Amino acid sequence: MVENTHHETDGLAVDHHFENADQQYQSAKLGMWVFLATEILFFGGLFCAYAVYRSNHPEIFIFGHHFLDKSLGALNTVILICSSLTAAWAVRAAQLKQIRILKLMLALTMLFAFGFLGVKAVEYNAKWKHGLLWARQYHPHINHQEPAEVLITEEGFESGAVEGAFEEATELQTVGDAVLAETETTIVEEGPVGVPAADADHSKIAPAAEGPAGLAFPDSDEASEPAIEVEPANAQTFFSIYFLMTGLHGIHVLGGIGAFIWLYIGACRGVFSTGHFTRVDMVALYWHVVDLIWIYLFLLLYLVE
Amino acid sequence: MSENEQSFVHVASVRLLLIVWAVLIFGTWLTVSASNIDLGALNIWVGLAIATGKAVLVALYYMHLRWDKPFNAFVFMSAIFFLLLFIGISMMDAGQYQVDLIPGYSPGVGG
Repeated sequence: MVENTHHETDGLAVDHHFENADQQYQSAKLGMWVFLATEILFFGGLFCAYAVYRSNHPEIFIFGHHFLDKSLGALNTVILICSSLTAAWAVRAAQLKQIRILKLMLALTMLFAFGFLGVKAVEYNAKWKHGLLWARQYHPHINHQEPAEVLITEEGFESGAVEGAFEEATELQTVGDAVLAETETTIVEEGPVGVPAADADHSKIAPAAEGPAGLAFPDSDEASEPAIEVEPANAQTFFSIYFLMTGLHGIHVLGGIGAFIWLYIGACRGVFSTGHFTRVDMVALYWHVVDLIWIYLFLLLYLVE
Repeated sequence: MSENEQSFVHVASVRLLLIVWAVLIFGTWLTVSASNIDLGALNIWVGLAIATGKAVLVALYYMHLRWDKPFNAFVFMSAIFFLLLFIGISMMDAGQYQVDLIPGYSPGVGG
């Protein structure tokens, strides 16, 4: 900000290549909208992959979405809508030079953004524990931390009967597919109730004794739903798309938090006390697009059927 | 609203921001409720319609497009247009293939 490259119109600093503050503001805004257009197209590739895969393999998406928690997704949608409100309010406060309200709104927006990531972390953690990951990392297994609550409906008996065996198997379960198969064998030998031997044909997809029905979250409404249908081939496709789309979106949320921190520091230094609010407006525009994309992600990933 | 000195600025009223917020929350509730009703193939279109309604509200009011220069809206709409073209043509292409070459591989499409 060298002094002689600026002139003043309407009390605002205007760079020398702009006629006035209006033109400067409109140029910044147009640039931002062009950037947002590229963002839409950036996510567009993933939405396209989603559309093609879902039209060809709807059963994968119906199967996969049972493992997403609808209420957590809805909670995150509400959190992001609230953050959009506070972001829009922050713009208003900056326009009116209400620095205290501006700081409050920026802080609230960041709080909501962190809340969103927190909920997302809980969801990712649950997927991680169950091995519901992308592509070749997809190794679904029962939640070995709460074995008593897990139903192995495919075999028609409760795992509570073999709880002890599951606890012994816990360490082995973390190692990998091959070891998982051995774990099942251990249960067969040591469980108080005889477990049918794992079907060898199934070994490449999922250990048979840990059928997909056992993956249902026992604490959610879904426990009362009819048992999940048999796992379709290539179920990992859903989780690849899920992690790519929500992951890219999550990175955008992180970027947004960084931008809001920058704005907050600016607000503390009095950058916006002069009526200069372009930065706040631009970051808010970006944040609204992040919200818009989540509105669609919530619908397409969590509310299949 | 009259505190601002710049003529090019549009300041949204707090009341408007809160009304839009309330409608967006209602829209979220509506989306979840609609997804619990089985409408068959219509479900996804109802959901997309509600989501798009929410997106339009955010764009018009929170993103100030309603009071902006129309060219900004044009830039944004052109991105949406090319996105729809992209997805639409990809879907047309995807529809040209035999989806169930391996019997039982894609049970969901009944091939």
